[in-house]
Amino acid sequence: MKIELFYWEGCPSAAEARALVDEVLTTHGVEAEFEVREVRTDAEAEALGFPGSPTIRVDGRDVDPRGAANRPALNCRIYHLPGGRISPVPSRDSLEAALL
Amino acid sequence: MTLAPGAEAPPFDLPGVDGRNHALSDYGDASALAIVWSCNHCPYVQAWEGRMRQIQADYADRGVRLVAINSNDAEHYPEDSFEAMRERATAEGFDFDYLHDADQAVATAYGPERTPEVFLFDRDRRLVYHGAIDDSRDDRSVQRHHLREALDAVLAGRSPEIGETPAVGCSVKWRT
Repeated sequence: MKIELFYWEGCPSAAEARALVDEVLTTHGVEAEFEVREVRTDAEAEALGFPGSPTIRVDGRDVDPRGAANRPALNCRIYHLPGGRISPVPSRDSLEAALL
Repeated sequence: MTLAPGAEAPPFDLPGVDGRNHALSDYGDASALAIVWSCNHCPYVQAWEGRMRQIQADYADRGVRLVAINSNDAEHYPEDSFEAMRERATAEGFDFDYLHDADQAVATAYGPERTPEVFLFDRDRRLVYHGAIDDSRDDRSVQRHHLREALDAVLAGRSPEIGETPAVGCSVKWRT
């Protein structure tokens, strides 16, 4: 399994997303290749189909398909949590569903 | 450069989503003025928006005004265009003025770095609190209500216990 975490430095949520991935991997004893990649330019965002920071893909599949097709841009990504809350990182549940 | 504590509020005159222009002097009667750098596209702003509405509602009868200003580059971030601002204000039922700083001159004068980021001015329009609305983007985890605490102090004629906190949110999108 390969996990990719794409982030943009202008958004402060990357560290929280990385910690969330680490925690889920550790909690469930999942072995995976974990790559963290910085997206620096609009051109990179376009080429990578990067809809905002952070974007997490497991074997190439976005952990939050709902927002995966959003316009590529260097911005903070919006995640909709159960119950209607808005978050700058995906829910633990969506991450677990993608990883387990 | 960001406004220093005690600094006087720089003047502005900006279009609002209500179709009118709003100048600093228009808020002259306000007992306190909270200017929040904001925008449409940022998840941190959206997470705090409900609290912004509630603060305006809770303090309105004490003469407090909360004003949101969006200075983001709408060319690169079309979600933050003036038209999109109007749509969001209507959809979300904003009870505060939402102003557009298209040329970023007002942002340059105040110096915000994040959205949301608060500049609270007392009745004399001196900066008495700058930073975060509270200490957690998750409303269930808030321990310190920084803006409310500062407002309570100002309305009681005191200086806020905490005058500055780090704002957490999206970067202001400057034009390049």
